[in-house]
Amino acid sequence: MTPILQVTNLKHIYSAGTPFEHVALEDVSFSVFPGEFIGVIGHTGSGKSTLMQHLNGLLKPNSGTVCLDGKDIWSDKKLTRQSRFRVGLVFQYPEYQLFEDTVYKDIAFGPKNMGLTEQEIDRRVREAAGFVGISEEQLQVSPFDLSGGQKRRVAIAGVIAMEPEVLILDEPTAGLDPEGRKEILANIEGYRRAKNAAVMMVTHSMSDVARLAERLLVMNGSRLVMDGTPKEVFSRSRELLEMGLDIPEVTQVFLKLAQLGLPVEPVYTMEQAVQALKQLRGGNLHA
Amino acid sequence: MLKDITLGQYFPGNSPVHRLDPRTKLIMLVIYIVVLFAAGSWISYGVVFAFLAASIAISRTPLKSIVRGLKPLVLILVFTGILNLLFTGGDTVLVSFWRITITLEGVERALFMMSRILMLIAGTFLLTYTTSPIALTDGLESLLGPLKKLRLPVHELSMMMCIALRFIPTLIEETDKIISAQKARGADFESGNLLQRVKALIPILVPLFISAFRRADELATAMECRCYQGDQGRTKMKLLHYRLVDLKAFALGAVLIAAVFTLRKFGL
Repeated sequence: MTPILQVTNLKHIYSAGTPFEHVALEDVSFSVFPGEFIGVIGHTGSGKSTLMQHLNGLLKPNSGTVCLDGKDIWSDKKLTRQSRFRVGLVFQYPEYQLFEDTVYKDIAFGPKNMGLTEQEIDRRVREAAGFVGISEEQLQVSPFDLSGGQKRRVAIAGVIAMEPEVLILDEPTAGLDPEGRKEILANIEGYRRAKNAAVMMVTHSMSDVARLAERLLVMNGSRLVMDGTPKEVFSRSRELLEMGLDIPEVTQVFLKLAQLGLPVEPVYTMEQAVQALKQLRGGNLHA
Repeated sequence: MLKDITLGQYFPGNSPVHRLDPRTKLIMLVIYIVVLFAAGSWISYGVVFAFLAASIAISRTPLKSIVRGLKPLVLILVFTGILNLLFTGGDTVLVSFWRITITLEGVERALFMMSRILMLIAGTFLLTYTTSPIALTDGLESLLGPLKKLRLPVHELSMMMCIALRFIPTLIEETDKIISAQKARGADFESGNLLQRVKALIPILVPLFISAFRRADELATAMECRCYQGDQGRTKMKLLHYRLVDLKAFALGAVLIAAVFTLRKFGL
């Protein structure tokens, strides 16, 4: 399979040439394939957000390339702008960027900037609203009359309406209640399945990524230090803990069990935990 | 792009200039401005410039940040320069075409005015670079204290100024974030005619105003939770005291006034 997004030797320095110079990214390389669900984890200040803003051309790397479909997004001005539509980026607390007087118009802002026809815009707005569970009547109300969780979903719909092939979300569930978190994660997963889009999600919730992601990127000190399946990454839990990162609670329980002498392998989701415990009980019964 | 605006930014430090009482710095700034406007020749400008340069050197403010702070003023500088260049009469004509005449006097006056603006702003920047907003408003409140007798809301005014200064960097950061977010949705701020460009600002201004109001609301609540009710019975953690450094600064200020006004007397 050919990657949709390819990042090679990315390096970014903030305020280069001043006393405030700060290297935010150093030698970061990875590829994103269509339909993948990638979780991005890392400590605050590890360069996650900076990395995300490189993927749609909001920030220009000091060296290294970001290729979309094999073409460097900085090789042509038009391509840079195109990359904004094909790689959708949802910022942290996106509800603070809403500005139109109706939900409909706000969701339509992105598609309008793409220069689509009236009909196509209408289709996309309604479809995007459907993905995030915004009802037909809500499309005509002011986004400022909605609740916090609904505002967040409208803002996400505003990016989904551009139908990006890669959807990047920076902590989409921060500050939401458990019900709201679950809904938003389900919305994102729904979009990925329907459009076979790649999703990259920056998050601090290890149990969320363990459950949803097929692949994890771990950032530490401006470098990409791990890139693998949740199983591979969470099997290096000691390193993760040293970086100041968490591991899923169920993994912590199983590590402790192993320490206490139970013959269990570390697991990272609830389903696996149940499986492992069943096996263990079966084994004990035989003995 | 917006990070280049350093207006009202404070760089912590421990130089003699940082240690000066904020009231001293405010009075010195007033003296500096009066002297700058009283100076009528390049020689007296030299004296004022020497004072400015010495203050910057003593404060150990990096020259780069001063220059960076002056950057947004280029337009005003160019405007002032051109106006003075074109509308100053004189006898020594350098260039003359169509209806435009440029005289030697015009060139000199343009340079003179531009240096005045530059030195004016650089001096003001030095104050905000070396004085924390809280110290600055404390000093202002104390200096304007006598006006309270005239029922002027001095405390309220200085509190407003303090809050405004405090929120400049926050709002700049917020603006940057909103610009990025709208750019990610394909907003285009760099092309189109003037009307289109003004329209393109709406997606930035609306969220910015909303967030400013939200912040104001939160701040008001937080202040009320701490029982803030204005000036009445409010004490200060850091009391202002004049010290030896301040005395030295005032002496320097007196020398500066004497020098420039003496030069002025001799027509320089």
